[in-house]
Amino acid sequence: MPVPVEHFLVVAAVLFTLGIFGIFLNRKNIIVILMSIELILLAVNINLIAFSAHLGDLVGQVFAMFILTVAAAEAAIGLAIVVVVYRARRSIAVEDINLMKG
Amino acid sequence: MSTSYLFPAAPELLLILSGLVLLLVGSFKDHAAGARLVSTLALVTLAVAFFATIIVTPGAAIYAFREHFVLDAFAGFMKGVVFLGALGTLLIAQPYLRQEKLERFEYALLVLFSTAGMGLLLSANSFLALYVALELMTLPLYVMAAFKRDTFKSTEAGLKYFVLGALASGMLLYGISLVYGFTGTISFTALQDIYAAGDVRLPIGALVGLVFIAAGLAFKLGAVPFHMWTPDVYEGAPTAVTAFFAAAPKIAAMGLTVRVFAEPFGAFVADWQQIVIAVAVGSMALGAFGAIGQTNIKRLMAYSGIGHVGYALVGLAAGTERGVYGVLVYMTLYLFMTVGTFAVILTLRRRGQELERVQDFAGLSKEQPLLALAAAIFMFSLAGIPPLAGFFGKLYVFLAAVDAGLIALAVFGVLMSVVGAYYYLRIVKLMYFDAPPEPFDKTIEPELQAVLVVTTAVTALFIVFPGPILGTAQVAASALFP
Repeated sequence: MPVPVEHFLVVAAVLFTLGIFGIFLNRKNIIVILMSIELILLAVNINLIAFSAHLGDLVGQVFAMFILTVAAAEAAIGLAIVVVVYRARRSIAVEDINLMKG
Repeated sequence: MSTSYLFPAAPELLLILSGLVLLLVGSFKDHAAGARLVSTLALVTLAVAFFATIIVTPGAAIYAFREHFVLDAFAGFMKGVVFLGALGTLLIAQPYLRQEKLERFEYALLVLFSTAGMGLLLSANSFLALYVALELMTLPLYVMAAFKRDTFKSTEAGLKYFVLGALASGMLLYGISLVYGFTGTISFTALQDIYAAGDVRLPIGALVGLVFIAAGLAFKLGAVPFHMWTPDVYEGAPTAVTAFFAAAPKIAAMGLTVRVFAEPFGAFVADWQQIVIAVAVGSMALGAFGAIGQTNIKRLMAYSGIGHVGYALVGLAAGTERGVYGVLVYMTLYLFMTVGTFAVILTLRRRGQELERVQDFAGLSKEQPLLALAAAIFMFSLAGIPPLAGFFGKLYVFLAAVDAGLIALAVFGVLMSVVGAYYYLRIVKLMYFDAPPEPFDKTIEPELQAVLVVTTAVTALFIVFPGPILGTAQVAASALFP
């Protein structure tokens, strides 16, 4: 018996929420924020692929490939910025990124 | 196989190809000389792309790349505005980069790639093209925010922009996945066709998706309630980069927002109108009240930008052709005002140090009367005082809102622009009635002079020659409402 599409959607929604909370509640390390962003994008991929299988349409899977590629570029830039921040202030703790209010 | 299908994308292809060639040129040249050469060539490329856009923009829409790409009068108009913005801000960045010892050739390349992304974004005709173009636009922006990589502030701005920008992309994508799942297509044309026939309701899942997409777009626009990154990023980024952020990406994101709401979701005005109204009201209020207490001029410009996005969204909230026309006129005039204001900010220096505090404008009129006059024109125009350009931008969006029956929204907008006038006029007061603590540097670099002359002329003389902007904006707006 195939797994109904709703189950995939619930998993994706849970992952997406975890990712968002990971960004806002995390008080420790910037790397954790990068992981949370990755989690959000993967939740979207699960959504797209589940819908793609459900609709019998390939577009969703192609879209997921594009997201994977762009996510790699995004992670590269994110890590580069983290390295630059570390060089400037010798720390990547979230609480230390507080020079400007907001 | 013919290559004619590449023709509609000629300006973007030009930007990308010249970006790749200039990457090689920059790598084989010495530091400062290479940076200067690459910047000059990039400026030429942007100018050529601007004229190419005028040439390739057709009367009727052309589709390319299997309908993922559309070139219509709307895309052509917005691309022209965005390319002009990129050109102007790259020009005023040159003296700044020289003075701050930031002459690296990568700067011009990042501008080129980001601008190419903006062009593709404005021509996107499917959610896939939208996403890829949006990332092509924003990835260089993160790097540019952190361009002064040895300072705390700039790197912090880059990091904050990256984290919140990536979060915004995630929300946008989640929305797109829901719209795809519940409607079965990602093409704007297909979505428009499915729902054009009679009063079909948007499936509830796609409606949730629409809300997520609106949230993602509000993030990119810097509109309330997703504005929190703007003041920090504007303050922390190098001033030349801030000028670019305030001009080009904001206008590209506004063009995209208009297309997404007017084309694929054009049949559901009632569904998205309340979202846009709420965002517009919040942005206008925050732009007006948030800026009052600011002491840093870049932070003040960030709040000013939030407010102006709010005013432009009033036009979109009308959901009519006149409303879109108002948005287009507003964003075009906003471009000239904001680039001019940043040219003034970049000119202000004391003993070679850049000045960032609002207080530093004190006494400008006594030392540089012409520069102070230009700054006063921009401030009056941003406040929306006739007969300057900013007044007409507000006039058209508010008229459209009144026509669509959103009278309360228009009245609220007028009230907020009265509140906003306070902090713009405070700068005029500082320039004309206070004494300078120390003399300013006298020289105004030639690039800044050129941009100042052009932007001041457009802002002050728009009332005399409104035809070119109003006429093309009219054609562009009607392209979205066939």
